[in-house]
Amino acid sequence: MPLVKIRDLHFYRGNRAIFDGVNIDIERGKVTAIMGPSGTGKTTLLKLIGGQLRPHQGTIEVDGQDVHKLSHSQLYELRKRMGMLFQSGALLTDLNVYDNVAFPLREHTDLPESLIRDLVLMKLQSVGLRNARNMSPNELSGGMARRVALARAVALEPMMIMYDEPFTGQDPISMGTLVNLIHRMNDAMGLTSIVVSHDVAETAEIADNIYLLSDGKIIEQGTTLQLKHSSSQWVQQFMQGLPDGPVPFHYGGRDYADDLLNPEENA
Amino acid sequence: MINLIRSLGRWGLGTFERQGRAHLFLFNMLLGIPGLFLRFSLVVQQLFSVGVLSILIILISGLFVGMVLGLQGYNTLVDFGAEESLGVLVSLSLVRELGPVVSALLFAGRAGSALTAEIGLMKSTEQLSGMEMMAVDPIRRIIAPRFLAGIIAMPLLAAIFSAVGILGGFLVGHGLLGVDDGAFWSQMQAKTDLYDDILNGVIKSVVFGFVVTWIALFEGHDATPTSEGVGRATTRTVVHSAFAILGLDFVLTALMFGDE
Amino acid sequence: MMQNKSTEIFVGMFVAAGLAALFMLAMKVSNLGDFTDETGYQVTAEFENIGGLKVRSAVTMAGVRVGRVASINLHPVTYNAEVTINMYPQFDNLPLDTSASIYTAGLLGEQYIGLVAGAEEEFLQDGDVIDLTQPALVLEQVIGQFLYSKAEGDE
Repeated sequence: MPLVKIRDLHFYRGNRAIFDGVNIDIERGKVTAIMGPSGTGKTTLLKLIGGQLRPHQGTIEVDGQDVHKLSHSQLYELRKRMGMLFQSGALLTDLNVYDNVAFPLREHTDLPESLIRDLVLMKLQSVGLRNARNMSPNELSGGMARRVALARAVALEPMMIMYDEPFTGQDPISMGTLVNLIHRMNDAMGLTSIVVSHDVAETAEIADNIYLLSDGKIIEQGTTLQLKHSSSQWVQQFMQGLPDGPVPFHYGGRDYADDLLNPEENA
Repeated sequence: MINLIRSLGRWGLGTFERQGRAHLFLFNMLLGIPGLFLRFSLVVQQLFSVGVLSILIILISGLFVGMVLGLQGYNTLVDFGAEESLGVLVSLSLVRELGPVVSALLFAGRAGSALTAEIGLMKSTEQLSGMEMMAVDPIRRIIAPRFLAGIIAMPLLAAIFSAVGILGGFLVGHGLLGVDDGAFWSQMQAKTDLYDDILNGVIKSVVFGFVVTWIALFEGHDATPTSEGVGRATTRTVVHSAFAILGLDFVLTALMFGDE
Repeated sequence: MMQNKSTEIFVGMFVAAGLAALFMLAMKVSNLGDFTDETGYQVTAEFENIGGLKVRSAVTMAGVRVGRVASINLHPVTYNAEVTINMYPQFDNLPLDTSASIYTAGLLGEQYIGLVAGAEEEFLQDGDVIDLTQPALVLEQVIGQFLYSKAEGDE
């Protein structure tokens, strides 16, 4: 049975359908990637899974529980077993690195301070930032902030972790570090990972299963190899980053020649 | 014409919706307060940023307002040969009106805007969202302690303002203008009532603290998560707080002192 | 943790300062200071007219405050104002035939009761009545009388 089961998901923002009947299964212990062009609501999907947004139609089950039928306290209980890595890291700016990682432990457990210290140092060691523990979040580079956020997300030993655009805006070295970390965390801790991204190369490297999302629908689904050999032109354009194809270079509208010859309609 | 009516309607609906959200927000905050007594250190931290950091502006403004009251009051009273009543004039104006109102306005400008900016920035940098996903309710962990701290700090600040203001009035009245110090204090004591004046002033400042902190936190929490949105929310906090303080002051004054 | 400690100290000082300010307002500015010595004895006096006298107005003798007005009622038979006075306990040697008048402090000031000592050997005690009273001066009546006499004198 999959860990996350999304069935017939509909979600609208204004009159625009962000999701229009989406079905996704996320297998336990695997890295599942959800890819698509910018603005297809990938972050929205993670917020729906985490119960921060309500779908207009359809169900999302996590570990057999329907996320949007839970009470407030049940939902918070479930969230303790989910980790989420925000694009910005979302570190608490008034706490230093150490206290940020210790935050979920202090909030949810009654562990003595000495044990919390051991746990925090262990998590920081696994992301390679044990010696940065006294730095404040605004001293960290973007990549380091994400690694601290990762250490914090796994502090409570969750069953799954959701990554929101983990590779955006990273230099090649920290990109490589993050790819490596996500892969290692998943295997070493027996996690289930959901990676939302549009960085094809990095995501394809670690994903066991990929969903391609566009215009509120799943266009294609499969392993990296299957997608690379997909017959769909759209998939080929996305995977290889071609500038023109089924997704046109020009934003839809009037014909260029027509526009030049009849200027009055713009006035 | 139709467009005008339509935009009026949209504005009305939008206002109602915001009011609804603001009251829901208040309800959630109030639910979070009982749990704070188990973790009072959270409130103490906020009392520092809301109260201690506002104290300098309160002290200085209070002193000067009191001194101005002393000068102006003296000039008016001396025409009636009633300069001995300066103490009464200073104490009643401060305790009943200026103490609660001016310190609330200063509080909105100093602490309220800071609260809005802080919460707005936490929202725009996804810190609130991140906390939710760590199964920590940001309303209870972040918002409610600030709310309680605002309600506690406001009457204390207003009392400090009034006390310093009365001292300022005394300094000017006795030291500069030569009003007899015995008459200053005894007339003040004879005419200032503990319940009618001082307690009502404290009640006013508690109400102002409640409203200003509520507005500030709601504006921050409801801000559009961009730097422009947070800036606008901060301005709105100061403007709406000022309206609320002055409007409520009229209502409270009418209720408390209207039947004399 | 160190930072935490100094935060707590500052907050402690802030709260202490706020409470001290409230205490000063209560004790030094308001009339709370007078509440403490109310365990004296009570006497009553009947006045034809009390003018602007209020509960908690001062009661003095030779300018020294000796008590406060505790309550004011309308006498059901005589239709006079019946004023109960709380006398401070240390002034327990006022003669029985002490008289009471209502005066105004300054031209626009508050009204208060002034006592003038009599010559009796016995002292006023709890529950006694002051018989000799003089009503408040009502400004309109005085002016009216003055104008009336003036008009008569002119004719």
